[in-house]
Amino acid sequence: MTDRLILGIESSCDETGVGIVRLGPDGALELLADEVASSVEEHARFGGVVPEVASRAHLEAMVPTMRRAVEQAGIALSDIHSVAVTAGPGLAGALLVGVAAAKAYAAALDKPLYGVNHLAGHVAADTLQHGPLPKRCVALLVSGGHSQLLLVEGLADRITEIGSTVDDAAGEAYDKVARLLDLPYPGGPPIDRLAKQGNGCAIAFPRGLTGPRDSKYDFSFSGLKTSVARWVEKQERAGEEIPLADVAASFQEAVADVLTAKAIRACKDLGVDTLVISGGVAANSRLSGLAAERCAAAGIGLRVPKPRLCTDNGAMIAALGAHLVAAGAKPSPMDLSTVPGLPVGTVQIR
Amino acid sequence: MLALDTATPAVTAGVVELLPEQPPRLLAQRVTVNAKAHGELLTPHLREAMAEAGHRLSELDAIVVGSGPGPFTGLRVGLATAAALGQALNRPVYPVPTPDAIALDAVALGTHTGTPLLVATDARRKEVYWAAYDAAGRRTDGPHVDRPADVLPKLPPVTHAAGEGARIYAETFALPVVDATYPSPTSLVAAAADELLSGARPAALTPLYLRRPDAVEPAGRKRVTK
Ligand SMILES: [Zn+2]
Repeated sequence: MTDRLILGIESSCDETGVGIVRLGPDGALELLADEVASSVEEHARFGGVVPEVASRAHLEAMVPTMRRAVEQAGIALSDIHSVAVTAGPGLAGALLVGVAAAKAYAAALDKPLYGVNHLAGHVAADTLQHGPLPKRCVALLVSGGHSQLLLVEGLADRITEIGSTVDDAAGEAYDKVARLLDLPYPGGPPIDRLAKQGNGCAIAFPRGLTGPRDSKYDFSFSGLKTSVARWVEKQERAGEEIPLADVAASFQEAVADVLTAKAIRACKDLGVDTLVISGGVAANSRLSGLAAERCAAAGIGLRVPKPRLCTDNGAMIAALGAHLVAAGAKPSPMDLSTVPGLPVGTVQIR
Repeated sequence: MLALDTATPAVTAGVVELLPEQPPRLLAQRVTVNAKAHGELLTPHLREAMAEAGHRLSELDAIVVGSGPGPFTGLRVGLATAAALGQALNRPVYPVPTPDAIALDAVALGTHTGTPLLVATDARRKEVYWAAYDAAGRRTDGPHVDRPADVLPKLPPVTHAAGEGARIYAETFALPVVDATYPSPTSLVAAAADELLSGARPAALTPLYLRRPDAVEPAGRKRVTK
């Protein structure tokens, strides 16, 4: 069998992504193109993603992003073997633009269509950098939209959610705390920068859901965010200066501590020796640093794709599509619906 | 020609033959009225219509798509589909304001020949998208978005109305409503016929939103506690 080129389209949030992956006869993946257009700047003044603004931006960006991806890969669209697209979870109106376009590309090229799960795509992204996953691994997905612990026993069909956030996503907590500290949106990078000059042990912010009777693998960041707000306001009322760097570092420490502790506990409990961390927050220096320390201590292999592959992109969707094609999955129907609340157990809409 | 429209509750796909000096001729169409199914049905519809017409997508000369105005989510399906088809097939895509096609449908009915017309579609939130047309179906005003009662003082003299908005707010408009509710594939093509036949460069595929996104800028720093 010859090489097959898989096109991936992503539009679940504020990034319009088009990726092209070459699937070799031996199942090896090679990333040929990864183009992303982001509307993040348009959302900045609103302090969060505005769905209608994101949807409008997807429609404008889809064709130019596709053109750039095809040029980057040095192929013609007609060389594509299959089209994969994020069908969920995500913002309804945003998903609809990507899926409508993907159906049209598939119809025009007369090629099969795979409507896939965005979260599974984040896990698949790692295989573009680090090769095939072991038979079983735990994945920690952390971004502005998700905070989940998954047991992955097969990218094409066996992904089980073992924990998730009961309130805010980790990245959301970053955005909210950033606003509290008058830092720009999105909050992850500026907090990470500021935290490097601060002391993570300066303020003991709470670790959500870590009591003996709390759910072992679920997360909660809403209490942490409130606690940071209270602390800052108390200082203000007392007329004290706010030690911004210490607040940022202590907040970041609390987030990284909970995320890594629970992820490693899941690996140990489930007898898994590999942890994958992906999603926009995976680029956070303290999270990856602490995860590396703790994984090494626990004898667990850690895989964190480079930041470009961690954030939302089309390459991860193309990678997941390639795994489905390689596994011989049947294409999705052309009347495929978008599913904004798609559970992670559904890797592909059939 | 392939004609698509998703600016109204109708999911419309039709294959139309356009020859010089002749009215567009419908070869096949698939239309489903379901405001929630644009995303699911448009591509299956256009594939079925092409198959019934006995043509492959690669044999198309051009694509015509209704550019609205219409409720945003559905409207974008038509434009995203048309844009992607145009790119993949390397064919031009011509946007047409959706009410222009409905106006041509109304004129073609011949029931009110020689008099001007209002086209109003449902904009939800108790508003209509509206435009006024002369006796030949040429737009003279609009499209705008307004509450039906606010349309009346702005409306040029018209004798009849078309479109779903005209039907829903028939009492307010107090105009005879003709049986042209959703844009037909032939009228979508007719509305772009001059450009299609001359091979003109298509206009940008920009949806006629007419409304700004609902979004409020936060005032100052957000307080999490009271
Ligand atoms: Zn994501």
